[in-house]
Amino acid sequence: MKYVDEFRDRELAKTVAEAIRREARPERTYNIMEFCGGHTHAIFRYGVKDLMPENVRFVHGPGCPVCVLPVRRLDDAVEIAERHGVILCTYGDMMRVPGTKQRSLIRAKADGADIRMVYSTLDALKIARDNPDREVVFFAIGFETTTPPTAVAIRQAEKEGLRNFSVFCNHVLTPSAISHILQSPEVRELGTVRIDGFLGPSHVSSVIGSEPYEYFAEEFGKPVVIAGFEPLDVMQSALMLIRQINEGRHEVENEYTRVVTREGNLKAQSLVSEVFELRTSFEWRGLGTVPYSALKIREAHAAFDAERRFEVSEKKSREVKSCECPAILRGVKKPTDCKLFGTVCTPDTPMGSCMVSSEGACAAYWTYGRHRDPVRRPRAKEEAA
Amino acid sequence: MNAPQPDLARRKGSVDMAHGGGGRAMAELISDLFQRHLSNPILDQGNDAALLNVPPGRLVMSTDGHVISPLFFPGGDIGSLAVHGTLNDVATAGARPLYLTAGFILEEGFPLADLERIVVSMALAARDAGVPIVTGDTKVVEKGKGDGVFITTTGLGVVPEGVHVSVERARPGQAILLSGSIGDHGVAILSKRENLEFETEIRSDSAALHTLVANMVADVPGIAVLRDPTRGGLAATLNEIARTAGVGMHLDETRIPVKRDVAAACELLGLDPLYVANEGKLICLCEADDAERLLAVMKAHPLGRDAAIIGTVTEDDAHLVEMETEIGGLRVVDWLSGEQLPRIC
Repeated sequence: MKYVDEFRDRELAKTVAEAIRREARPERTYNIMEFCGGHTHAIFRYGVKDLMPENVRFVHGPGCPVCVLPVRRLDDAVEIAERHGVILCTYGDMMRVPGTKQRSLIRAKADGADIRMVYSTLDALKIARDNPDREVVFFAIGFETTTPPTAVAIRQAEKEGLRNFSVFCNHVLTPSAISHILQSPEVRELGTVRIDGFLGPSHVSSVIGSEPYEYFAEEFGKPVVIAGFEPLDVMQSALMLIRQINEGRHEVENEYTRVVTREGNLKAQSLVSEVFELRTSFEWRGLGTVPYSALKIREAHAAFDAERRFEVSEKKSREVKSCECPAILRGVKKPTDCKLFGTVCTPDTPMGSCMVSSEGACAAYWTYGRHRDPVRRPRAKEEAA
Repeated sequence: MNAPQPDLARRKGSVDMAHGGGGRAMAELISDLFQRHLSNPILDQGNDAALLNVPPGRLVMSTDGHVISPLFFPGGDIGSLAVHGTLNDVATAGARPLYLTAGFILEEGFPLADLERIVVSMALAARDAGVPIVTGDTKVVEKGKGDGVFITTTGLGVVPEGVHVSVERARPGQAILLSGSIGDHGVAILSKRENLEFETEIRSDSAALHTLVANMVADVPGIAVLRDPTRGGLAATLNEIARTAGVGMHLDETRIPVKRDVAAACELLGLDPLYVANEGKLICLCEADDAERLLAVMKAHPLGRDAAIIGTVTEDDAHLVEMETEIGGLRVVDWLSGEQLPRIC
C-alpha cells in the first residue's frame, strides 16, 4: 500500500536505527514523550523499542482521548442515558471505560439503557432521523481530530431541523495539555519526569497545523517533531529530536510533511470555531483542571447542547483508589509501577481508562509488551503450576 | 449436479407463529421448503431421528450455533456458513465428515423468500461437500425475540486410522502453517454491516476444508494440531493452542499472507488483521521435518494455494504468542479483549 508499506520497510528501519545508535550520545539519556496514543500504539505494535538503544526512552503521554476523560463526565453520560431515557450514541472505545463503582456504558446498556455504538457522527444523525420521537445524544470525545466531524453533525442537524439531536461535548485541546505537563511540578521543580523532546501528534496536527507548538517549544525550550503514525515515522522523528537535542536546538520540525502543514486545515479550523468556543477550564483525568483546554458549544447552537438540555445531578464521582492512571498519563509512572497492573487490572477487567483504550499506555504494555516485563513471568509460572 | 432452485416468485409472505405451532402450516413449511431443498434418502425417511450407517473408527462430533449480521454478505450467507463452519470443526479434528444436522430458530415476520435463499444455499454447500443434512428442527419465536434466523448445525465424522490430531500435541520445535490469507471473512462482513458500509471487492473465504484436510492427513498422518481460526482470528486460535498445550509461539509477520484490500480496509478502520475472523482457513502444527512436504500438499489444493509456514512453536512458561514485526521488532500477539473495535482517530 502506498504511503504505508514504505514506512514499514525493514531495511530502512535498520538504517534509521543505526543512525540513531550512531548519533545518540552514550553519556546521556534521551527522554522522548509521545503525547499521542496513536504513537504509543505504533511503538508497541511494531516493536520500535527493540530497535532503539537503551538510552533513548519513550515516555507515554496523555494523548488518548478515552484515557483523559474524567470519571465525572462518564458518570454524567450514564445518567443522561438512564435518567432521561435518551438514545446515547458513542464511539466503541468509550463503552467499556469504568466510571464510579466500575459502572460503564456497557453495564448501563445491559441494565436497559439505550446506548448505541457508532462509527461516526453521521451514524448518530441517522439514528436521530430514524427515531423522531426519541431524544438522541452524541457523546462527543476526542482531540482536535474528532472535533470537526462533531461540528459538521451540529450544523447538519440545524440544517435539517433535527430537534431531537444534541451533543454532550467533551472535546479537548492538545497544546494546552502539553503546556500543562511542562508547567507541572513533576517536570519543572521535582525533576521526576524528564522530558527532552516531544513527538507531536500527527492526526491532530493535520487539523491545527504545526504552528500551535511553536509557542511552547520556545517558552519551555523543548524540541517538537510532528510525527506520523507509521513505525518509520516514529523512528525518523526520534532521530530528528536526538539531533535537535544534541545541537541544543528547540524548534518545531515536521516529519509528517505528507499530511501536515504549518497552517493546518483552515476550513476545519473555521468550522470548529464557528460551532465551538473555549471553556475557561476543564477537568482532565490525570492532569486535573486545565485552563482553556476544552471546547463547549456556542450559545448560537445551544439547542444542540446536551449539557443545556439535560440536567445532571451533583454527585461524587470516584476512581478506583489504587489506580495509577493519573500518574501514568503524566508520564510520572510507568504502567508496571501500578500495583493493579496485570493483577486485578487487565484489558478484560479494566480498573482504569488506560487499560481500556487500545491507545492507552497500560493496554499497550499489556497487549504488546509484557514479554519484557519481569513481574509477569513468575506469575505466569505460578498460573501454569 | 442438479442444484436446487429457489422458488422466490411463489414464496411470498413471512414466517408466522403457526409455522412453529406443530400444525399444518409447520408441516407444509418443512415439506415444501426444508425437505424440498435438502432432500436425501435419510432425511426423506421423515423420522424424528436419523438412522445412520457409520463406518468403524473413532467418531467425531461437533456443534455450532450461527448468529450473524448481516445474514447475506459477499461470498456467502448464514446458510452456507452454517454448513462450512461445522464441517470445518469436524475436519480439523482430522476427520472425514459424514453427516450434518440443522436446527433453525426463525423470528416471526422473517420473509419466506429470504429463508428459502438460505436453505438453498445450505443445500448447495452440503451437496458440494458431499455431506447430507440428515435431520433438523424448526422453532419460531415472536417478533423482537430473535434476529431473523439463527441456525445450529451439528456434524458427525470419522477419524482415519493412524491420525491423531489434538491441541495438546503441540510441542516446541514444531512448524506453524497457515492455509492462506487472513481476514477476508471478517472484512467482507464489516463492509456490509449497518453504519459501516464501504466498497470493496473482498469476499468471504467461507469454504469447506475437509478435502484439503484429507489430502494433508493422507500425506502427513503425524500432523499434531489442526484448527480453523474463526472468531478472534489467527491471534485467538494460536493463543488458545499455546495456553492449552503449555507452549509459546514465535511468528514472522512478513510470512503471514494478508490480501492487499483486506490490509487496506484494516488500516482504514484501525483493525489488526490477526484478530479478524476467517471461515475458510486452517492452521496446522507439524514436526519441522514434515513442514515443507506438507506445505507442498497444501499448495496443490485450491484452498491452500497461498499456504505459508508462518512460525515455530517455542518453549515458553508464559505461553505467549510473540511475533517478529515487519520492521524487525518483537511484540506479543495477545488475546483480544471483547470485540475488536475501530479506533477513534
